[in-house]
Amino acid sequence: MIIVPPPFPNLTPFIPELIVLSVAMVLLLLEIWVKNRVFIAGICILTGFAVIYCLNMSIGITFNGMFINDIYSVLFKIIFMVCLILTVLISLNYIDREKPIRGEYYSLLLFATAGMMLMASAKDLMVLYLGLELMALSTYILAGIKTLNIKSNEAAIKYFMLGAFSSAFLLFGISMLYGLTATTDIYLIAERLKDTERSLPLILSMIMIVVAFSFKIAAAPFHMWSPDVYEGAPTSVTAFLSVGPKAAGFAVIGRVFYIAFEGIQPDWTTAFIIISVITMAIGNIVALAQTNIKRMLAYSSIAHAGYILIGIVTSTYESLQAVINYLMIYTFMNIGAFAIVILLDKGEEIQDYNGLSKHRPLVAAIMLLFMFSLVGIPPTAGFIAKFNLFVSAIHGGQIWLVVIAVIFSAVSAFYYLRVVMNMYMKDPLVEEHQIHLSPSLGFAIFITVVMVMVLGLFPSLII
Amino acid sequence: MTTVEYFFIYFAVSMVFLSLLIITVKNPVHSILLMLVLFFHIAGLYLFLNAEFLAAVQVILYAGAILVLFLFVIMMLNLKEELVSHRFIGEWPVGVAIGLSISLFCIFAISHFQIKYEGNMTIEIIKTLTNTKALGKILYTEFLLPFEIASIILLIAIVGAIVLAKKEQS
Repeated sequence: MIIVPPPFPNLTPFIPELIVLSVAMVLLLLEIWVKNRVFIAGICILTGFAVIYCLNMSIGITFNGMFINDIYSVLFKIIFMVCLILTVLISLNYIDREKPIRGEYYSLLLFATAGMMLMASAKDLMVLYLGLELMALSTYILAGIKTLNIKSNEAAIKYFMLGAFSSAFLLFGISMLYGLTATTDIYLIAERLKDTERSLPLILSMIMIVVAFSFKIAAAPFHMWSPDVYEGAPTSVTAFLSVGPKAAGFAVIGRVFYIAFEGIQPDWTTAFIIISVITMAIGNIVALAQTNIKRMLAYSSIAHAGYILIGIVTSTYESLQAVINYLMIYTFMNIGAFAIVILLDKGEEIQDYNGLSKHRPLVAAIMLLFMFSLVGIPPTAGFIAKFNLFVSAIHGGQIWLVVIAVIFSAVSAFYYLRVVMNMYMKDPLVEEHQIHLSPSLGFAIFITVVMVMVLGLFPSLII
Repeated sequence: MTTVEYFFIYFAVSMVFLSLLIITVKNPVHSILLMLVLFFHIAGLYLFLNAEFLAAVQVILYAGAILVLFLFVIMMLNLKEELVSHRFIGEWPVGVAIGLSISLFCIFAISHFQIKYEGNMTIEIIKTLTNTKALGKILYTEFLLPFEIASIILLIAIVGAIVLAKKEQS
């Protein structure tokens, strides 16, 4: 018997992932010899730019139709790269401050990013699941990387347990879908489901997949892990977690539900409407009671997931665009807010911000900008993001959902502006607010401030 | 009923009972040993599905490698403490209720299952090719990308174990 070797897969669409994965593996070795963190961080940032440069040149389908790099995934990968670059910038100084953080930190960040990229590019549910696990495993380790800190340990364990739980749901949903269609290819599933009637197993698999992805984007009632994880994880990791995996979760939601479950759109729309309303309610209301700013930002990110779900529910071309814009702007403003938390020597509790404007007027002003942007007050980018999203939802006919979202946005103003009030109207509790300014952190804050301002004033740049 | 069905019922029922025993017995060592029996039963079920490769992997990897690791972990625990502590937290009836309702719903849904499409690998092909060969062929051609990603996931697992468990140098 003559064995014909299979043709070598076309690697061109896979180049961005190849870059990230190979750099991550090289860094694992390099960290033993190179003690200079700036060099390693520099490589990570260069990787990010290299990937952005390659993305448009590598559009196509490869690996027997398992992997697709199209405009949709390119846009998400740009968000991931921005997230990676900003996280590396804010980590650099912070990692040295928090001594017990290990050298593998940067390669784990890259591996997590590679997982997110695979998720955004998955054309097959197997690739999607494995990309999700790659991302999840790396982020579990990142959450627990402060091995001597008990809260960090708790964060890692919680994240791991609930992440494994959600993976089980996802696998169960995928297996039922496989049983119905005998394929894991997302596009082929859509084709085959077209002439399958709407049956109970189909709905069950849809619900399972909704639950699994809701865990990943931290939508209520599957949000329980996120405040503890966000609080316990090192702040730079929290910044990464609140943006990257969330964007990746939305990327797969878009791909799986818009394409594979196209036939049962009314059913998953209903599911997501319920989740969206609960998420906005829980995220915004529970955030009011928080005294720790990382927990508050965790609940705020839950609330933002609720807003973004409105765009998913509307499911028009315009609303999908608004979702991607929102995620892009959210990346800048959220990482910016976390950068300020890192900048301050003691900045984890909300009362640490009391009277910040008296000692550090510039820092207070920047924090004010990010808080305004997170509420959605013009002329910041957060306003543009929310405005776009809500307008697209109204065009798509989800008027009630928008009304609810606007009400909860008003509620959210209370807890964001409380930080502002503490900074400007209360007397400082400490003699002096210590800050740790380093060139990289300053640069990260500069980029985020500029982007939040520029995108707020000239929204036509990305829309 | 045919003999195969009798065998299936034996395997299914004993697997359910073994799983229940694993989580209820007090002594962790007994739990692990029951798990060993469970893994052999799962391997038996794979054999019925003509999946001899999976059955072998199940025995070698799960029963052989992973259980030994479990035993190592248990050796480090204080067994006397484990024996007196409660096996379940106070809210276990809630968990049981939720689990039962989900499984009832699943059983109900699965009874509506209709098989309409067939995959590329029909039983005839697998019978002529043998399961191991078919799996190998598909793994290194069609499923090459998932296979490679899985290898990276294993790498992360190793790195993660070292990162989280290694002692500080200072």
